[in-house]
Amino acid sequence: MEEDFRKGEECPQLLDLIPNERDWMVNGVGGVGKRCGVSEEKKLELRLGLPGGEDWPAVIGKTEEHSVESVLSPGRYKLSKTSGINPSSVGAKRGFFDTVESKTEAFQQQQQQHAGFLQLQAKGKELSQKTNGRAEQQSLERKACGFSAAHGSAAAPSGNAAGANNSSQTRTATTPVVGWPPVRSFRRNLASTSKPPLESENGGLKPAIKLENGGKGLFMKINMDGIPIGRKVDLKAYDSYEKLSLAVNELFQGLLAAQRDPLAAGNQKNPEEKPAITGLLDGNGEYTLVYEDDEGDKMLVGDVPWDMFVSTAKRLRVLKSCELSASSLVAHFVVVTSAFLFLSPGGSGRQEKNSNRVLERKGSVVHCALNICCFLASFGRCF
Amino acid sequence: MTYFPEEVVEHIFDFLATHRDRNTVSTVCKTWYRVERLSRRSVFVGNCYAVHPERVVARFPGLRSLTVKGKPHFADFNLVPHDWGGFALPWIEAAARGCPGLEELRMKRMVVSDESLELLARSFPNFKVLVLISCEGFSTDGLAAIATYCRVLRELDLQENEVEDRGPQWLSCFPDSCTSLVSLNFACLKGEVNAGSLERLVARCPNLRTLRLSRAVSVDTLSKILARAPHLVDLGTGSFTIDHRAEAYHKVMGNFIKCKSLRSLSGFWDAAPHCLPAVYPICGNLTGLNLSYAPAIQCADLIKLIRQCSKLQRLWILDCIGDKGLAVVANTCKELQELRVFPSDFYGGGIAAVTEEGLVAVSSGCPKLNSLLYFCNQMTNAALITVAKNCPHFTRFRLCILDPKKPDPVTNQPLDEGFGAIVQSCKDLRRLSLSGLLTDRVFLYIGMYAERLEMLSIAFAGDSDKGMVYVLNGCKNLRKLEIRDSPFGDAALLEDVGKYETMRSLWMSSCDVTLGGCKALAAKMPGLNVEVINEMDESDEMEENPCDLDKVEKMYVYRTVAGPRNDAPDFVWTL
Repeated sequence: MEEDFRKGEECPQLLDLIPNERDWMVNGVGGVGKRCGVSEEKKLELRLGLPGGEDWPAVIGKTEEHSVESVLSPGRYKLSKTSGINPSSVGAKRGFFDTVESKTEAFQQQQQQHAGFLQLQAKGKELSQKTNGRAEQQSLERKACGFSAAHGSAAAPSGNAAGANNSSQTRTATTPVVGWPPVRSFRRNLASTSKPPLESENGGLKPAIKLENGGKGLFMKINMDGIPIGRKVDLKAYDSYEKLSLAVNELFQGLLAAQRDPLAAGNQKNPEEKPAITGLLDGNGEYTLVYEDDEGDKMLVGDVPWDMFVSTAKRLRVLKSCELSASSLVAHFVVVTSAFLFLSPGGSGRQEKNSNRVLERKGSVVHCALNICCFLASFGRCF
Repeated sequence: MTYFPEEVVEHIFDFLATHRDRNTVSTVCKTWYRVERLSRRSVFVGNCYAVHPERVVARFPGLRSLTVKGKPHFADFNLVPHDWGGFALPWIEAAARGCPGLEELRMKRMVVSDESLELLARSFPNFKVLVLISCEGFSTDGLAAIATYCRVLRELDLQENEVEDRGPQWLSCFPDSCTSLVSLNFACLKGEVNAGSLERLVARCPNLRTLRLSRAVSVDTLSKILARAPHLVDLGTGSFTIDHRAEAYHKVMGNFIKCKSLRSLSGFWDAAPHCLPAVYPICGNLTGLNLSYAPAIQCADLIKLIRQCSKLQRLWILDCIGDKGLAVVANTCKELQELRVFPSDFYGGGIAAVTEEGLVAVSSGCPKLNSLLYFCNQMTNAALITVAKNCPHFTRFRLCILDPKKPDPVTNQPLDEGFGAIVQSCKDLRRLSLSGLLTDRVFLYIGMYAERLEMLSIAFAGDSDKGMVYVLNGCKNLRKLEIRDSPFGDAALLEDVGKYETMRSLWMSSCDVTLGGCKALAAKMPGLNVEVINEMDESDEMEENPCDLDKVEKMYVYRTVAGPRNDAPDFVWTL
């Protein structure tokens, strides 16, 4: 322990609650006995305001950099190795904005350093809001574990002024931080599983079990064309394709905007300004959502019933719609028309798959043709 | 000392109560080592990968009680990938070969398969106690094996495990000759329960003192069980919904009244407020109460219940109790030692919650408080300082402010001073969890004051490497350090590599440690396993050539004499 604690004289107001100041002081505990230099003591001096004017911006700079880094590089391990993007320039671009910000703040700081208590308080509030905002962003951009609503950044009690500030920010958080708050899965699901399983029936159990497993979640990798950083979605957090599509939009909207205009990315843009990713499911949008199932086939998302999709999907991808291959488009067309001709049978998985849009098999177009034959055969079988 | 015959030395060792003491005497000389190991009856392995099971069994052939822990603590919050490891089977196999006299097995956060449970059941004729906490990988079939083959089973304690339900028949597998049960806890099971089998089992076990039922057990069955086993000391109810106008309600209340020995209550799944008065008659005797599975009960009813529990020592509750309710706790429960307040509302809103006021109230009303787990929306330095002054006896202090990095809302300061007061005042503090906005300063305080600290959990805290260094330099007794989302990097990690051999483990996730740093640590300390956990996609290009400058998402370092483990999955790299 190289640094010693400051002496009792400079006890700030907060510590007045401890009547005997000597108790609060170091009492020769352990090996601490050295007196450090005055400069050290000054650093450790407790003040009501922000500690040490010159240190604070550096501190902010660090925390903000760190936060920003985490915000925009959720796949930490991936960021520095991405092909096509110079990691240092990315870092620099993002860092730039923050350096500007922190410098402005530092400047304002120094201006107000000798100002009254209230101003310091206000600055502190601003900073804490900012910190909360960052924590906010962190929670937003962390591995999307897809818990269905905000937690972790739960709103502060509304009575508290500072709390009200925080709550207005936290209300926008929808994607929570993984593993926060640190509560075991079965506790998370308590409020939502209301019906108890009775001794003689298992009816009420299903939601309980589903959510219990959902505590682990069904996390699936999702990559988007043109974006080097993959994300993860928890399929169990959604119950329809619509919701999944919205979630995908949320996940990648920011990143896509950042890709297109990296300099502007750092700005606190309104979500509406970023172009939304729509039409993922109907083929109308710029991008289309596809998935790879447990047999290695690439399929268009939206064809099979939701439950089946959840149980067979292994990986998701957001492709540029123009990149869907020609041959697959043909197959698509043929099969879609046929699908129109008879409604989806509740038949075996393989039959259903053949009746759906198969984009690509690991193999050749011949394979694709074979599938069409199988499909026609099954057509006969079903009727 | 070697002039004493070995039997005398052995007898002296019997008086050594703790593992630590026995470990120490075994290092004195060869004779003592031999005497100690042959007479050792109980072994605790804090990290299943720190030593090979065969080695433990070879050294202690007379082993009767074995405790093994597997996954790191953060696995509870889904931070450790599902198939990371921690398998029970090697331990059970080794014990089956080397210590047939095994009577007790306790496991925490391990993967236990049905196969291992069956092996366990068949291999130890004298097996008496099985405790599984936060384990997974088994089903009710495994339990059936235990029930069937463990003839003298005394304790079957399943706490918060993930158990696959394969039907209710396991309970019927207890043979009619099984009358030895003292403790049965299957509260974590999700499936159906055969009420008749349960009642018969309870009826034929006169020594049953602890019974914790699962949600599937109705109040009706509970009533019958209480009638048969009025000598219960610790009861976990099943589903506690009942129409209070019904006769069944009065019956269960009547049966509760007969349970004069009842000291601890838990369960209350789906309890509605009007059901609670059924337990009022016995509240005066309760020393333990767990209402944390009953989100439907609001503050007013909780207060009515708690007002009657003047002898309470341990209270687990949801935060819907509010500050007002905690004030009642403070006024009523003067003997309170352990308090856990869990969050009830994760999904935004924060309507019913506790703040620093509740904690301050409890601290001033309950001076014996020594263990705290408190989830709240906000905390102030002033409150923490007051709490520290009121309750200097904390051994476990875990505070979780739900909003990460939230400062003191009154002063907008970080909570360094508050936590500093806690560590300075509570000299016996063994476990600490931090939250809220925290700078390096809090770690300075922890390093300086928290001499007895053994476990520290850090999340979203600190400004620089200095924070972590303060802790590593200062806390002499530190055994487990777990850090997430904090700006500690290689410099801190490598500052004092020898420290990690004095600790059980170090976990760091979403920090600034790089692969290069981990490699350096592994190179310097061959006595440590440095595991880097990468859940990466096959399609990611960088999998092939990870660069030393890449930050590591999750890292787990632990001391071991077993070398790198051979059951690590692909995504775990032991450097």
